[in-house]
Amino acid sequence: MLTRKSEMLLHEGEIRIPSGCAISGIINKKGKSFSGEDIIKSISLMHERSNGLGGGFAAYGIYPEYKDLYAFHIFYDDFNAKNITEQFLNEFFHIKACDKLPTRKVPGIADAPIIWRYFAKPKEGKIMDLQLNEDDYVMWCVMKINSEIKGAFIISSGKNMGVFKAVGYPEDVAEFYMLDKYKGYCWTAHGRFPTNTPGWWGGAHPFNLLDWTIVHNGEISSYDTNRKYIEMFGYKCTLQTDTEAITYIFDLLVRRHGLPVDIVVSVIASPFWYQIERMDYRLRALMKAIRIVYGSLLVNGPFSIILGFKDGFVALNDRLKLRSLVAAKKGDFVYVASEESAIKIICSQPDTTWYPKGGEPVIAVLDNSDLIGQKAWLFKNIIDMSINKDIFDNDGIYGNIKVTGKIAVNGGISKDFNKEFNKDLDNDMPEDIELLAEVESL
Amino acid sequence: MSAAYLTPEYIIERNKERCTNCQICVKQCSFGAHSFLKEEKIVVSDDAKCVNCHRCIVYCPKRALVIKKNPLEFRENANWTDKAIKEIYKQAETGGILLCGMGNDRPYPIYWDHILINASQVTNPSIDPLREPMELKTFLGRKPDKLKIQNGKLMEDLPPQLELEMPVMFSAMSFGSISYNACEALAMAATQLGIMYNTGEGGFHKNLRKYGKNTIVQVASGRFGVDIDYLLAGAAIEIKIGQGAKPGIGGHLPGEKVGPEVSATRMIPLGTDALSPAPHHDIYSIEDLRQLIYSLKEATDYQKPVLVKIAAVHNIAAICSGIARAGADIIVIDGFRGGTGAAPLRIRDNVGIPVEFALAAVDSRLRSEGIRNQISLVCGGSIRNSADIIKAIALGADAVYIGSSALIAMGCHMCQMCYTGKCNWGIATQNPDLAKRLNPKVASTKLVNLLTAWANEMKEMLGGMGINAIESLRGNRLMLRGIGLNDRELNILGIKAAGE
Repeated sequence: MLTRKSEMLLHEGEIRIPSGCAISGIINKKGKSFSGEDIIKSISLMHERSNGLGGGFAAYGIYPEYKDLYAFHIFYDDFNAKNITEQFLNEFFHIKACDKLPTRKVPGIADAPIIWRYFAKPKEGKIMDLQLNEDDYVMWCVMKINSEIKGAFIISSGKNMGVFKAVGYPEDVAEFYMLDKYKGYCWTAHGRFPTNTPGWWGGAHPFNLLDWTIVHNGEISSYDTNRKYIEMFGYKCTLQTDTEAITYIFDLLVRRHGLPVDIVVSVIASPFWYQIERMDYRLRALMKAIRIVYGSLLVNGPFSIILGFKDGFVALNDRLKLRSLVAAKKGDFVYVASEESAIKIICSQPDTTWYPKGGEPVIAVLDNSDLIGQKAWLFKNIIDMSINKDIFDNDGIYGNIKVTGKIAVNGGISKDFNKEFNKDLDNDMPEDIELLAEVESL
Repeated sequence: MSAAYLTPEYIIERNKERCTNCQICVKQCSFGAHSFLKEEKIVVSDDAKCVNCHRCIVYCPKRALVIKKNPLEFRENANWTDKAIKEIYKQAETGGILLCGMGNDRPYPIYWDHILINASQVTNPSIDPLREPMELKTFLGRKPDKLKIQNGKLMEDLPPQLELEMPVMFSAMSFGSISYNACEALAMAATQLGIMYNTGEGGFHKNLRKYGKNTIVQVASGRFGVDIDYLLAGAAIEIKIGQGAKPGIGGHLPGEKVGPEVSATRMIPLGTDALSPAPHHDIYSIEDLRQLIYSLKEATDYQKPVLVKIAAVHNIAAICSGIARAGADIIVIDGFRGGTGAAPLRIRDNVGIPVEFALAAVDSRLRSEGIRNQISLVCGGSIRNSADIIKAIALGADAVYIGSSALIAMGCHMCQMCYTGKCNWGIATQNPDLAKRLNPKVASTKLVNLLTAWANEMKEMLGGMGINAIESLRGNRLMLRGIGLNDRELNILGIKAAGE
């Protein structure tokens, strides 16, 4: 009997496989859709950064006709798994449409699973029964299927977006899924260089949950710390990959804890303590609290990631910048990639090109995104705050402190500010912030 | 010690050619092993009195002394060892409980030595701590599940936290069990290092209160030295339920050690025995512990984290879960190799479990209950070097306590005679002539040196693993592999075997 290669090897989740990679991402900030050809060109140029053992794409805005339905892309090992999964889906969702995901025959792609696509609406009654909100309900269903139904794996579960991935070089994967035929406003792509041969399609990137997708280059050394933390919040790390863990971190912090994206970035690639010591006292108090509470979510070790979501993407390096990442802008387009050449091939003369520093995010979102407003708050609320640094920086000194500067009140009117505090510095800054607020209201 | 049937454990060899009869050894030995014969004008030694503390050897200007284990053996018997026989002689002679000092010295497996640490190769770069920042800063205290941030501003204050420059603290050693100078050395070093010193149940001497920011004050079953000023004087409050060296029993500081200073600091009459009961008589159950925790928090206006320290015993995981839910901010687990000033020998050598297992079991349990992130976990009980700390943190600790290592840095030679009060190194004694042998400044420098060296070693190991902040190692058991352990042991430790 012929045994398929994928059946002989351990799947991701049964073994931990580190890998190196190429990543690329493009967004049109006006939300205008464009075909997958550019992203395919960009990732294909970095052929040498992958080894044919995994490639994939995430595309946003590709299903406008079903934009309010959850689009599930599912890999099945056999029809039995498909039957069981469909029974499950029918119990928990109204399936509005489904089809076999269109593919081409490509020489570089073998061992394909059975791939189906479903557009589904959660059943209201079931959501009530489980006492969850809609997103948590879908997350629960996805985790249930992926961890409990053997031979079934949901690779994509967001709205108006989809993940396409396989074992093979990214250009072959694109050909296989006919990505040149899709149109979206934001694309990310990945070429994988695993240090082992898993031969399992589910292990390729992007990794997805709801509308989060991650493409990632690197091997995080804090994996087990990160994993254990998010598992306390109900996530199941079934794949044992860094990418999966990072996706859940974003989901937990942004969607469930309601933190702004720039704060989340400060969790994942926190500033160093020596940098925090030099911040203005208000930001310092905030960063300190972030590191105290979310220290276990600091992603340590080399990485460059592109986190895609419905509003756009965030590209980020580890705080030492141990992986390459380049960004560029041209008109309404923002590009990020592992190599500058991968941008130049599709945009020969960008308006600006830059190399983001370690821990400094590239946040590229649609112009109408809510995130634009959030971002402004953290860094722009207080302007030109000059503090008597000597006193603040010298821990252990008690007594009067003079704070002078300007405060921006809502609407941008700035007031001069000059006040003396009598403050036990060891209790740190929150009271000061309250005091500032009072002065603001005078 | 001169029980009828006992023979000397050690033999003192004096090189007559080198010895000038200067009598330094006579002055140095508090146990009276050396004496000067006035008529013959020579110094002689009594082997039976020697405890092998090395004091005379270190101070002999002529290098004339050597101490050796007495080669005298009983008839070979795997069951009735020298130790077993001699212990019976002692008890037959005195009718008393056998006492001992320092931690369990029996050859139980030391699991730290069966755990190996990972390093990066190729797929992940190692980080050079000489060129890149490497962070050891650690915060202990209760953490909320999430932060509320609006408009770039924290909406809720964090509960109080202990800020440590490295994940190490000096564990509880009371003034009484150790000398004032030893306490001062620990407090000075903790302040200089940005870590914590712990008063133990010895009260907080008024002269040391200036080190309060780096002091944890302990509330134990005898409540010695506890009043509101004491609670407010430290950075945190530790409720001591148990101690690794003697789980389940209390403490006893004999009256002869209770001089004027100890008496004033412990708030007990001069020369009285200080007896700490086995349990706290207001804590007979977990809900009583909750009341004490909150009484202390109320008294200090919720400004001080509260630690609860227990000995590692069989059901440790469930107990710690209860403690976390009772409101403790920091849980301290003290393993069965932890040191002590005095403990009944049978208890020290037979009660409790290794801290490696206890720590792994507690961390796993709190994680499975989803509450590990809310509290901090500290472990102690024979942390001997920086690698032990790295392993402890990877198993799940936030920080470690060191006691014996700190004493050794100050000069302790592990002769295990602390309970006699005759410590020749000026550490475990209240005899003013002996105590003044320990210069607090010199001892403090040695402590600072030790931990500075350990910090550098930890940074090297972290960098090797490709990690640049200690919090990324916490509970990161993938960084550990077991060697020479069976499946069940690996399973409890939650680590893979080397090669897996």
